[in-house]
Amino acid sequence: MNISRNKVEHLAALARLELSDEEIEKFSHQLTDILNYAEKINQLDTGAVEPTAHAVPLKNVLREDEVKPSLLRETVLANAPDAGEEYFKVPKVIYSS
Amino acid sequence: MELYRLTAHEIHQLLQKKEVSSEEVTMSVISRIEEVEPKVNGYIETTFDPALDTARAVDKRIARGDEIRPLTGIPIAIKDNMCTQGIKTTCSSRTLHNFIPPYDATVVKRLKEVDAVIIGKTNMDEFAMGSSTETSFYGPTRNPCNLDYVPGGTSGGSAAVVAAHETIIALGSDTGGSIRQPASFCGVVGLKPTYGRVSRFGLIAYASSFDQIGPVTKDVTDAALLMKVISGYDSADSTSVKNDVPDYLNYLEEDLKNIKIGIPIEYFAEGIDPEVKSAVLQAINLISGIGAQCENISMPHTEYAIPCYYILVTSEASSNLARYDGVQYGLRKEEKNLIGMYRATRSEGFGDEVKRRIMLGTYALSAGYYDAYYLKAQKVRTLIKQDFDKAFEKYDALITPVSPFPAFKIGEKMNDPLQMYLADIYTVTINLAGVPAISIPCGFSKDGLPIGLQIVCKPFDEHTLFKIAFALEKSLGRAKK
Repeated sequence: MNISRNKVEHLAALARLELSDEEIEKFSHQLTDILNYAEKINQLDTGAVEPTAHAVPLKNVLREDEVKPSLLRETVLANAPDAGEEYFKVPKVIYSS
Repeated sequence: MELYRLTAHEIHQLLQKKEVSSEEVTMSVISRIEEVEPKVNGYIETTFDPALDTARAVDKRIARGDEIRPLTGIPIAIKDNMCTQGIKTTCSSRTLHNFIPPYDATVVKRLKEVDAVIIGKTNMDEFAMGSSTETSFYGPTRNPCNLDYVPGGTSGGSAAVVAAHETIIALGSDTGGSIRQPASFCGVVGLKPTYGRVSRFGLIAYASSFDQIGPVTKDVTDAALLMKVISGYDSADSTSVKNDVPDYLNYLEEDLKNIKIGIPIEYFAEGIDPEVKSAVLQAINLISGIGAQCENISMPHTEYAIPCYYILVTSEASSNLARYDGVQYGLRKEEKNLIGMYRATRSEGFGDEVKRRIMLGTYALSAGYYDAYYLKAQKVRTLIKQDFDKAFEKYDALITPVSPFPAFKIGEKMNDPLQMYLADIYTVTINLAGVPAISIPCGFSKDGLPIGLQIVCKPFDEHTLFKIAFALEKSLGRAKK
């Protein structure tokens, strides 16, 4: 198992990260080491084993669909890096062709 | 009298007898913080003014003759990944350096309901990723027992401020050992409750199927008191469980007759520091001497725990941390287009360890690798959990070391992430299985660094944990102040 520089760049793009050349080199070695160590779990035969997603078995947790008080819009927007009166602002995403 | 050195239950008695006031206790803790905090760096933010307001209000109620609860008027520090309304909550990350939560985490709400005195927010590894509190954006916390050493992580700030008497009690959170390992490194008590015992609402998520909030305290009695306040069902956390919360204090004095304890041999195998091994084995002898029956057992899947754990937590982390995109809160780096803004923001905001884990998780969850890593690890989790189920058919509790070695030096493991991960070998199994475990001090290395041992019980059996821990604490004598 080898996580190449290209692979690191691909993962960074999927994870919406941008890495310096130095970081790509470092992470390529470190991710390779860690994933090679992780290969250890393949020594186990898990053919008949069910996966565990949660330690405490839970069925669907349902509740009544009741209207309850929630945070005020202005309270929520107070933490936004950029906001209008009623919305979050982001860089333009739709361009006219 | 140095009030800051006392435990919560000792202060509670003094408050009830009106021999001291909450304001005096709080002032004593504040001067202690001012004295030692420059060396320890356990707090990210202190909240002295609101703390004193709460303390004075409590004193008025006591003067009026009101009944007070065990934690009323007691200073408490909160790890900085739990939301505190109006008080900055950063997760030790540049990403959240300016985040002011508009609500309280459920645990914080419950502490306010009993008028505990919140004294500050404690340092941690960034987003609770690390084992030493060195990945914090606000610089490392130092171990009060020896400032050249790490306090452990990720709740290193909470453990250090309890050990340095910069608070009376604290809250930490534990995903793979983050309460128990720093508690053992700093010589204090730390409990990771059963998954679902304590509400996670308002705890900033790292790995949601593992995270649990729990107490960090000077002794077992204080841990029992704090657990009583924070435990119980919460409709805002669908994974919290509706079981009754017992009055843990009632179990402390029970004897250990008929208690059967398993000693898993895999936790004492290759790689353990001989001093740690001998301290834990001595404590096990002690506990046999006071009535418990101890036997060696085997938990054969233990060696697979670290790879299994790191695949699952990094996967959950890569998903949970997708929310930090510079839109709703926290840091934003301006760029012309949206994807560029996301990438610039996340790259500036996150430190190395967080980036590493996000990429590992992204890899484990990506097309073509999901079955080989994520699904496989979930199946291995089942096998590890079955080791515990089987052990608890025969035994009431297990005793193990907390960490294979005492605290290590600052900087020693920072350049080798895999070595840092291996430090969690005896603690991650507990979170994989979702069972409760407590770390209590059981001795010192020849260099004077604390050593801890871990007691593990079946789900929702925290009262048994407290019973055994209290008996052992009594026999060992209170760890040196």
